[in-house]
Amino acid sequence: MSWLPEYQNIFTQVQVAGPPEMGMDNDNEMARERTKGASFSQLVGLLGNAQLGPIYLGTYGVVSLATGTLWLNIIGFNMLAQVEWSIPEFLRQLFWLALEPPSPEYGLTMPPLHDGGWYMIASFFLLVSVMSWWARSYSLAKQHKMGKHVAWAFLAAIWLFLVLGLFRPILMGSWSEMVPYGIFPHLDWTTAFSIRYGNLYYNPFHCFSIVFLYGSVLLFAMHGATILAVTRYGGDRELEQIYDRGTATERASLFWRWTMGFNATMEGIHRWAWWFAVLTPITGGIGILLTGTVVDNWFIWAQEHHFAPTYLEPYGYEEYGDGTFALGASEGGE
Amino acid sequence: MAVLSFERKYRVRGGTLIGGDLFDFWVGPFYVGFFGVTTLFFSALGTILILIGAAWQGTFNPWLIHIQAPDIEYGLGMAPLQDGGLWQIITICAVGAFVSWALREVEICRKLGMGYHVPFAFSVAIFAFVTLNVFRPVLMGAWGHAFPYGIFSHLDWVSNTGYAYLHFHYNPAHMLAVTLFFTTTLALALHGALILSAANPEKGEEAKTPDHEDTFFRDFIGYSIGTLGIHRLGFLLAINAGFWSAVCIIISGPVWTEGWPEWWNWWLELPIWPGVERGSF
Repeated sequence: MSWLPEYQNIFTQVQVAGPPEMGMDNDNEMARERTKGASFSQLVGLLGNAQLGPIYLGTYGVVSLATGTLWLNIIGFNMLAQVEWSIPEFLRQLFWLALEPPSPEYGLTMPPLHDGGWYMIASFFLLVSVMSWWARSYSLAKQHKMGKHVAWAFLAAIWLFLVLGLFRPILMGSWSEMVPYGIFPHLDWTTAFSIRYGNLYYNPFHCFSIVFLYGSVLLFAMHGATILAVTRYGGDRELEQIYDRGTATERASLFWRWTMGFNATMEGIHRWAWWFAVLTPITGGIGILLTGTVVDNWFIWAQEHHFAPTYLEPYGYEEYGDGTFALGASEGGE
Repeated sequence: MAVLSFERKYRVRGGTLIGGDLFDFWVGPFYVGFFGVTTLFFSALGTILILIGAAWQGTFNPWLIHIQAPDIEYGLGMAPLQDGGLWQIITICAVGAFVSWALREVEICRKLGMGYHVPFAFSVAIFAFVTLNVFRPVLMGAWGHAFPYGIFSHLDWVSNTGYAYLHFHYNPAHMLAVTLFFTTTLALALHGALILSAANPEKGEEAKTPDHEDTFFRDFIGYSIGTLGIHRLGFLLAINAGFWSAVCIIISGPVWTEGWPEWWNWWLELPIWPGVERGSF
């Protein structure tokens, strides 16, 4: 086995061009809703399939794209208004600009347009867009008579989205708890959120979420690398390998068995993958939902539950006092 | 069940990088090899040293064990054992164990006639670790800039280091790395889900083929990357997540010492903007 990169199958060296694949049809006459043409990109073909399109339109897709476009444009025009309709200033300040949620005094009522009203309207369209895209993922799988695994995974991400923008704001009694739209502003929100609630790193569900996030990246590095390493034996034909195990699966399995004493099966690795990825937003959403509603300060909570480390060196935590002080300070917060 | 039904014919001699046939054998399901022995040595020694540190600290609570790096005052020299020296030896053990593990993977790849993608990917993770705890401290002139070994104490280090640059989310390489982490997880969810949905279709349906996978994804988003492409994409995304994480920390301190929000001023001060004159800030 040579070390040279051209032997490692990380890009396609010879691209075969044929007529485009227009997709499996079935008794639902799905071809009727598909765009009629497809194009090819040699650049994209270096990594994966060169074919672009066709795409299925359908009611859910059209609704989703329309409302999603409205959401994006409401944000864009609000930002443009903030810079006196100057295109150069819009581009210059783009990463700093924000469409902010309502001020806290409006609680859960509808604020005036200039103080969060546009934000609420945009958010409504985003909600419709996302839910419609979810319906599209479910209905397409149903029409193809496939499993609904994509839709359920998407729903896990929607759970986190709804916690941030709907469930937690309602529990907190104010739409001002929602996340602003904007590149730097949403990062500011994230940091402010962590500081306000006493360092989110001490939130156990945040810990879980990070573990699953990093675990997902680790799993994809392991899985992607394993499959690429056995492509010479047809390892990338995973479905065929699931139905009828070949030498690619045997070698891939033995690699991990000999390395760490355990291996997944060709189907099982995709269950590991699915669960790790899906648990990232599920646990993250639980962590966000508990913050400010059930727990007011995660660092004090960690001290009370004896998992916050103490240091000989001064770390600035003296300000927080010890656990006894915390009990009084976080009254009703736990 | 140490040996799988099909395993016997794959258990052949050869493929070792070092040591010839000396350690070319298996223990249960594990391949040993020269690097299996060194892995065992470094990881056992490192673990024992962590337990000694825990004993000195007076706790065996896994959440609270804390092996502190040397104080800044020791610079790049050796520190007394109880004052960071333990951390230094544990770091050597960690790097030794990681590199041994990667080389053992290479030997297993050679035995099985596989590409070297897995050890390569793992070496990117090792690179990120070494960047954090060797390269950056060396560039900054003190081991004290490395992170401590402890579950929650290393999180405190992450917090403190992040706020030392005011707001780490503004670090452009950090932005890229986080985006890659999220994108990898999204791609993993979609890949896992697509395979499972094809292999586990609706009741009474025959199991699906890659043609169905392509059709579903072209219908869904107008593009299907294909069975080979998705593994290249996942591999590249994951590796880049690790690589850009290493970049984002190596530039914090050795390259940029101010707050990260200020870094972006170059964009605001570009001479292309009307009304912004060169050097007016």
